[in-house]
Amino acid sequence: MRAMTYRGPYRVQVENKDVPAIEHPNDAIIRVTLAAICGSDLHLYHGMMPDTRVGTTFGHEFIGVVEQVGSSVQNLSPGDRVMVPFNVYCGSCYFCSRGLFSNCHNVNPNATAVGGIYGYSHTCGGYDGGQAEFVRVPFADVGPSVIPDWMGDEDALMCTDALATGYFGAQLGEIVEGDTVVVFGAGPVGLYAAKSAWFMGAGRVIVVDQLEYRLEKARSFAHAETVNFTEFDDVVVHLKRTTDGLGADVVIDAVGAEADGNFIQHVTATKLKLQGGSPVALNWAIDGVRKGGTVSVVGAYGPIFSAVKFGDALNKGLTLRMNQAPVKRQWPRLFEHIRNGHLTPSDIVTHRFPLEDVAEAYHVFSAKLDGCIKPVIVP
Amino acid sequence: MSPADDRIPVYTSAAPPTSSPDELRARIPGWGVDLDLADRPSHPKEQFIPTGAHWDFPERQSEDRPRERSIEHQMLTPVFGTTAPLHGLSGVIRRFAYARFSEARAAHWLLLMAGDRVEVVESRVQSLAAGRPDNPIIETGVKAEAAHDGYAARRDSNRSDVRHQWLDPIIVGWPWLVAGGIGVIALRALRLRRRRS
Repeated sequence: MRAMTYRGPYRVQVENKDVPAIEHPNDAIIRVTLAAICGSDLHLYHGMMPDTRVGTTFGHEFIGVVEQVGSSVQNLSPGDRVMVPFNVYCGSCYFCSRGLFSNCHNVNPNATAVGGIYGYSHTCGGYDGGQAEFVRVPFADVGPSVIPDWMGDEDALMCTDALATGYFGAQLGEIVEGDTVVVFGAGPVGLYAAKSAWFMGAGRVIVVDQLEYRLEKARSFAHAETVNFTEFDDVVVHLKRTTDGLGADVVIDAVGAEADGNFIQHVTATKLKLQGGSPVALNWAIDGVRKGGTVSVVGAYGPIFSAVKFGDALNKGLTLRMNQAPVKRQWPRLFEHIRNGHLTPSDIVTHRFPLEDVAEAYHVFSAKLDGCIKPVIVP
Repeated sequence: MSPADDRIPVYTSAAPPTSSPDELRARIPGWGVDLDLADRPSHPKEQFIPTGAHWDFPERQSEDRPRERSIEHQMLTPVFGTTAPLHGLSGVIRRFAYARFSEARAAHWLLLMAGDRVEVVESRVQSLAAGRPDNPIIETGVKAEAAHDGYAARRDSNRSDVRHQWLDPIIVGWPWLVAGGIGVIALRALRLRRRRS
């Protein structure tokens, strides 16, 4: 089969690989029909995630058709059109039995601090991802769902991570009616988080980014006020001023490890790999939220230390909430919102690349060319 | 300052004004539909939800070759990924990182990062030896700069990433620079040895 493979930092290519085999009785093999590149794939692409091995196939956002199932699979059959959450999880361990699907203990031998994620390095279990013609899906009775007939392919694809994570980010903020919510990052997760904040009753939603075309999307898609941080000497002071000196009630970090805006933080993290992530947006969140407020973190960070301003978080009495989204828990409510016309997830898809052009897709997304917000890969 | 102006948020109990619910509901599709915490899907954080699992402990995937694992795990997890098994010098480094240091230790992660960098060099040498050298033009996707108007994306822009993009070619090219340097040193050593003999 043809599959995207990692060759080293900033380098990927399409290679021939063996079609994955059933390795466990509850495995399924999925023929991928659409995959997406996630902003967090860029952390792998830039060589920031420990134990990212040459030859690995990335891609934790994908949908497809069931090709083959293992002997114990009861809920899926060949031919089913399915969407697959980015979490690999068993459904039965201590954590899964409490709904913490993204923190499963039975699928990642390489680390206990993170669950399993498709195509996201050996630190996340060493599974190949879905930017390929076929992918192995463990625990097929637990993770995947048949895509509802009324749902379009690209809408389903967005539900596998970005939409579920964005909604989850807003939810972690524990927004109450009238709250001022600031979202750092106008990428897919930030856009969905901003949109979801309104569902939860926000009174103001402000999106911060540096790319004007993404801020335009934040205004049109998420009805948000926008701030381009490059226009201000100190964006935290600007946010304080725009909230009458109080700060936001809730701030959502939808940027994660590659946050820019501070040369030293960015270069030490993303170029020199001396931090697990550049905590620029996280530090701005801590300083920009009001005392007693909540910071929600859904931007991805690596496992190495980062220079986070923890003292400010302590002294301000903040609530810090974070996790990888337990995607399948989000689906029923998100399906209702899509069906009721509250949002159309595929509105943020800007680019579609054939699998053979995956290197160019990564470059366009990484370098933020051509107004790219969300690239989709078509095997 | 008038008495009304004295009611400055932060310094008094006043909160900054926001739009009314009716105005927001009229302007924004779906405003307030999840106001009730009970409607939010991951609330409360911990609760039992049927998962479809029909096992208490899953059947074990067979371990066809020794599989590295965190020393914080008491056993190999019942299911695991099998792509890109350990090999070569990078495999030795990674295996040591897993066998010796827990996830709590910086050495664990820094050794894994070192293994990553070593594997890149290994793979360059392997592909060269196999007669299929890596093609940096294809692998970096840099051709997209022309097709997707890379110049325009950065022109007249305050993008802060433009300030440090000069580092990217170094990150991509350093294995080649190191390999080239080693090659030059080896050639010099060979010449010296011939002259002496």
